[in-house]
Amino acid sequence: MTLPMTPQPGALDGEHDLVQLLAPDGTRRHDPRYPLEVDRAQLEGWYRDLVLARRIDTEAFALQRHGELGLWPPALGQEAAQIGSGRALRDQDFVFPTYRQHGVAYCRGIDPALLLGMFRGTELGGWDPHEYRYALPQIIIGAQTLHATGYAMGLLLDGAVGHGDTERDTAAIAYLGDGATSQGDVAEAFVWAASYQAPVVFFCENNQYAISVPLERQTRVPIAQRAAGFGFKGVRVDGNDVLACYAVTRAALDAARQGFGPSLIEAVTYRIGAHTTSDDPRRYREDAETEAWRAKDPIDRVRIHLQREGSDAAFFATVEAEADQLGAHLREVCGRLPEPDLVGLFDHVYTDVPEELARQRDDAIAWQATDEGGDR
Amino acid sequence: MTATMTLGAAVNAGLRAAMERDDKVVLMGEDIGRLGGVFRVTDALQKDFGANRVMDTPLGEAGIMGTAVGLTARGYRPVVEIQFDGFVYPAYDQLVAQVARLHYRSAGRVRVPIVIRIPFGGGIGAVEHHSDSPEAQFALTAGLKVVSCATPHDAYWMIQQAIASDDPIVFMEPKRRYWDSGEVDTRSAGVELWTSLVRRRGADATLIAYGPMVTTCLGAATVAAEEGLDLEVIDLRALSPLDLGPVFASVRRTGRAVVVHEAQRTLGLGAELSARITEECFYSLEAPVQRVTGYDTPYPPSRVESEFLPSVDRVLDAVDTAREF
Ligand SMILES: Cc1ncc(C[n+]2csc(CCOP(=O)(O)OP(=O)(O)O)c2C)c(N)n1
Ligand SMILES: [Mg+2]
Repeated sequence: MTLPMTPQPGALDGEHDLVQLLAPDGTRRHDPRYPLEVDRAQLEGWYRDLVLARRIDTEAFALQRHGELGLWPPALGQEAAQIGSGRALRDQDFVFPTYRQHGVAYCRGIDPALLLGMFRGTELGGWDPHEYRYALPQIIIGAQTLHATGYAMGLLLDGAVGHGDTERDTAAIAYLGDGATSQGDVAEAFVWAASYQAPVVFFCENNQYAISVPLERQTRVPIAQRAAGFGFKGVRVDGNDVLACYAVTRAALDAARQGFGPSLIEAVTYRIGAHTTSDDPRRYREDAETEAWRAKDPIDRVRIHLQREGSDAAFFATVEAEADQLGAHLREVCGRLPEPDLVGLFDHVYTDVPEELARQRDDAIAWQATDEGGDR
Repeated sequence: MTATMTLGAAVNAGLRAAMERDDKVVLMGEDIGRLGGVFRVTDALQKDFGANRVMDTPLGEAGIMGTAVGLTARGYRPVVEIQFDGFVYPAYDQLVAQVARLHYRSAGRVRVPIVIRIPFGGGIGAVEHHSDSPEAQFALTAGLKVVSCATPHDAYWMIQQAIASDDPIVFMEPKRRYWDSGEVDTRSAGVELWTSLVRRRGADATLIAYGPMVTTCLGAATVAAEEGLDLEVIDLRALSPLDLGPVFASVRRTGRAVVVHEAQRTLGLGAELSARITEECFYSLEAPVQRVTGYDTPYPPSRVESEFLPSVDRVLDAVDTAREF
C-alpha cells in the first residue's frame, strides 16, 4: 500500500481563525471547510453527554471536598472539547489522555466510577487500557504525546491506515494542555509524527493556564500555528463549541486514517475551576476573566439552540434525572472502591516476582502479623 | 535572634536572605512567581524582588535546568525549583550529563553554582509522581552534591549555604515536614553545610537518617526511651559527600546501626552507609547494619503509603533485630 507522504493539500497554509459552528448565543454557523449536518436527536445526545460529563466532574469535586478523594482536577468549562472530540472517535481508535479528560473517558464507555480510584489513592490506574482503547491518565506533562505517536507508528507498520475504510482504518489521539506544548517530549512527538506521517491527532485543550502560568508564557503564536513549522496541519477551534470540536476532530482523524499523517487541533477553551482541588486560582487571575468565559459556557449554547429547535421540557428533565442518577452512582461506588493492602503493594512490579522482592513481601507480611506490626 | 517558623517558611526566609545578599541569585521554576509555588515556599518573593529575579518559566524541566547552566556563564546563581520529585526526570539529562560535569571537563575553569530545590518524599496522600525519593540517583552522580534539611533552622541556613557554594547542589526538601514548626536562630547557622549532626545522644544503638525520616527516628527514640532503651539519632544533612565521622564515632560506642530512608532499599543510601560503616567499624559492630526503607516497588497508591513508608514501629523492630542478633 502506498500512503501519501505529504501533509494534506493546503495543510501548511494554516487555519488559525477560530472554527465555530455554534455560537455562544445558540446560533448555528456554517463553515464550508467543516460541513456538518446534525439532526435534533443527535444534538440531544451530545447535550446529554455534556451534562453527564459535567456531573461526573462536579460530583467528583464534591467527593474530594468531603474527603473521599485526595485530589480532583476539574474539567468544568472544557466539556465541549472533550465530548466533541470524544464522539468523533471511532471504536478502533486509541486515546492517550492527560489527567483531565473525564469527558473523553466517558465517551469511551469507561464507568466514571473507575476514574475515581487514582484520585482516591486506591490504585494508580483504574482499567485495562486495551479494553477501552484508552490509556491510563498521564500525570507527567507531555509524555503521552510520544506514546500516541508510537502507537500511530505501529498502526503504520501494521497497515492499519489508508484502506479508504473508516470502519477499519485507525488513528491515535493524544490530549495535551497548553502548558504541555513547552515540553521537550511534545516537540519530539511532533517531529516523529511528522517524520513518519504517523496517523495521530494532537488535541490540545488550551484552557489558558498551566496551573498559575498564563498561555503567554508558553507561546507567542497561537498553538495551532506551531504545527506548520513541523510540517503538518494545525487548526484552531472554539473549544466550547461541541459541534465544531466534533467536526474538526473527525476531519483530522479521517485525514490520519487516509494516510495524510498527523494534525494538531487547538481547542480554545477555559478552565473555569481551579487547576486541582489543591489550587486557589484567585492568587493568579481575576474573577472578571472567569466570568467572561462563563458567558461562553459550552452547555448553555446547546440548550438554547435545542430549545429553539423544539426540544421540550420533558427532554431536559430526563437528562437532569439521569445526571442525578449518575451522581448517586458515583457517591455510592466511591466509598466501596477496593482498598489497597500491603500484599498488593508488591504485585505487578514485574511480570514475575524476583526472589529478593518476594522476601521483602513475606517479611513485611510476617511482621504485620506480629504485635508491633498489627498495632498501627 | 530566634524566630519560630515552619520548615517551608524557613526555606522562604533563607531564599529571601540569599537574594538580599547577592543580586546575582535568581529563582526559576514553574508557578514559583505569582502563585508563590504550589507549596508557597517562594511566596511573595516575586512581588518583592521582581519578575526578573523570580521567574515563572515555561513548563519544561529540561528547559529550566539547561537555561540555568547558561545563566551561570553570565555570573548568575540560579536556584531552580522542581515542582515535585517525580518531575525531575525531564531535567535529568541536563543535570547528569551537563551540570555535573562542566567543572571537571573545563579543568575547573567553569563553575556552575546552581541549586536544585526538590520537594521530595511521601506521606502527604498524593497522586502518582508526587512522592518519590530520588536522592540516591543524584548522590551517585559524580559532580553533584546533595543535601537534605530536616528542621526549620537547617532549612533556613542550609539553603543559604548551598546558594553560596560554587558547586551544583541538589537540595532535597522534606515536603511532608513543610508545615512543621521549629526555632530558627537567624544570627548563626551554627555549623557548616557539609556536616552531619547528632540530634539525640544515646548509648544503645545509632539511628541514621536525613530529611523527613529524622523526625520519625526521633519519635522512635522517644518511644524507646519509655521502654528503657537509649537511642542515638544522627541527621546526615549532607548526602553527597557524606560526613561520616560522627556516624563512625557513634557506632563505635553503640555497636549497632540502623539506617532509615523512604527511598527504595536496593542501592539506596542505606547500601552505601552500610558498606562504609562495615568497613570502618567492623570490630565494633554487634550486629549487621540494619536498613529500614521503602520497598523495592514503585511508590504505591496513597491509601497504602503508610505501609510503604518507614514507621516508628518498623524502626524499633529493626533496633530489636540488631539488639537480639
Ligand atoms: C513533567 C511535569 N512537570 C510538572 C508537572 C506539574 N504540573 C501538573 S499539571 C501542570 C500544568 C499543566 O498545564 P497544561 O499542560 O496547560 O494542562 P492543564 O492542567 O491546564 O489541563 C503542571 C506544571 C507535571 N505534572 N509534570
Ligand atoms: Mg492548561
